[in-house]
Amino acid sequence: MTEPFEFEFFVRGLIAATMVGGLAGMMGVYIVLRRMSYIGHGLSHAIFGGAVVSFIMSINFYVGASIWGFLSAVLIQWTSRRRSISSDAAIGIITTASFALGIALISRTQTFTRSFEAALFGNILGVTGPDLLAIALVTGAVLIAVIIGYKYLLFATFDTEVAASYGVPVRWVDTAFALVLAGTVVVSMQVLGVTMIAAALVVPPIVARQFTGSFTRMMVLSPLIGASAGAIGIYLSWFIDVSSGASVVLVASGFFLVSIVYASARDRLLAARGRAGTV
Amino acid sequence: MLHTTPHPDLHESPLVQIRGLASGYHGTRVIEDVSLDIMRNDFAALLGPSGSGKTTVLRAIVGAADVYAGDVLFNGESVRKSRPRIGYVPQLEAIDWNFPVTVEQVVLMGATRNAPLFPWFRRKDRLRAGLVLERLGLDGLANRQIRELSGGQQQRVFLGRALVSEPEILLLDEPTAGVDIKTRDNVLHLLDELNHQGIAILMSTHEINAVAAHLPRVICMNGRILADGTPRDVLTPEVLKATYGAEMPVTEYRGMTLVAETPHRFGAAAPNGGNSGNVHVGNGHGHGENGHVHEDIVAEVPADD
Repeated sequence: MTEPFEFEFFVRGLIAATMVGGLAGMMGVYIVLRRMSYIGHGLSHAIFGGAVVSFIMSINFYVGASIWGFLSAVLIQWTSRRRSISSDAAIGIITTASFALGIALISRTQTFTRSFEAALFGNILGVTGPDLLAIALVTGAVLIAVIIGYKYLLFATFDTEVAASYGVPVRWVDTAFALVLAGTVVVSMQVLGVTMIAAALVVPPIVARQFTGSFTRMMVLSPLIGASAGAIGIYLSWFIDVSSGASVVLVASGFFLVSIVYASARDRLLAARGRAGTV
Repeated sequence: MLHTTPHPDLHESPLVQIRGLASGYHGTRVIEDVSLDIMRNDFAALLGPSGSGKTTVLRAIVGAADVYAGDVLFNGESVRKSRPRIGYVPQLEAIDWNFPVTVEQVVLMGATRNAPLFPWFRRKDRLRAGLVLERLGLDGLANRQIRELSGGQQQRVFLGRALVSEPEILLLDEPTAGVDIKTRDNVLHLLDELNHQGIAILMSTHEINAVAAHLPRVICMNGRILADGTPRDVLTPEVLKATYGAEMPVTEYRGMTLVAETPHRFGAAAPNGGNSGNVHVGNGHGHGENGHVHEDIVAEVPADD
């Protein structure tokens, strides 16, 4: 059972997956409550395009992809403010265009096709020391941003329309959110892969929501669930030999099933108590 | 009945001055040429059919609607340049009731600007929120999720959020929508109390008779201001027809103005040949010493919503 821990690359991958799971779980709370679940899926695809462009232009992956992701997120926000374009349509248009650009560039330069498979499906074996450092830095930065911006983020997420009239700088909050979301997706790509990031962002907060009606408790539970799914997923992927991203997401989905069963049983029990007049 | 005439104004300058305002959203003008003064002691209601621009007036005051012409001044300064202390209570139907926030968390949101550089809410803010909850009769519900409350309690939570911000004026968008008569009465009495404690109040509503019974000032509008004054001065069949495009008989009962509905006879032609046409109201001199009915009310009577 402890065999994988003898390998340094596995320990690095495990730490990376745990941090990425926690980070995605934390950002996911805001994404789910803002009803922007599709943005994780879209942004990861957009950033894939940015990753390819960074590679071609010989720019550092983290710098190039982050800038690309940030600009995509801001463009999505700007586009969705137009009455005639809904946010899901804005996400669909901008991110698929960016993804298509990445695919087009790859197909013209066949030589680096294989290295982008890792970005698409996640490759825990490829997590390097600098990757780990980048994940740690982004996790720390997001944690600080969430703590400092707690009351602004909560108000802007709960009641965007009204928040500005109570002194919340909504546009700045949205822009900062786009920046940290782009950072989250970029550092998650190596571990989870483009195709799995959306689930890692969305599933932990939904699981947490089944257990609590408090925003604060959700902000604690969701990263814990994400981190657990990351750690258990990577550990299991060693034994069942599947991609790290898929393994993490399958574990998170298992948590989701358990939470749904629990919430259903609890609701039935409360309903039964209500009928019996014992509430 | 709370009071039929405004209580004395201790200050001379208006708290809010709306000057020739044209406002709306995404390039579409909802209101046109709206001019209105809200005094510090005002307890006023905006009346008008759906789509008449009541919400837009409120949102323009808080800077949440696009302004195409004119301006809104708060204490003499444009709301586009300042951050006035306004307690805005939106329509409850816009709220996500499944959002995992407690009553206390929502009320505390009103204290966001009290200490803008402080990440969390301060002890002082929490104490104030506690006092507001107590005053609104919600002190035992602080840790409840907002969905678990009754309609009246939910309304009071958002009123509490506005009060925690220590506002000079409360703007309420249909605060009595969807609540029973007793709750509506409680809400209006609470607003009256707050008004007497020095908070100006401007609310939008569809409840004509409740307004007539409780509020000293009524503003009828339909894209622009049609009449402004006491209920007795403003709630006349002519003004109501110009506002709503429907015949609405007005009567008096124990000193209160009551607005009735004309029964609709299905299959019969509507009075005046239908519900569209031109309506002239008044002679340009108003209906009383406090009221003002716009002399140029030549309103296109809109079709029913």
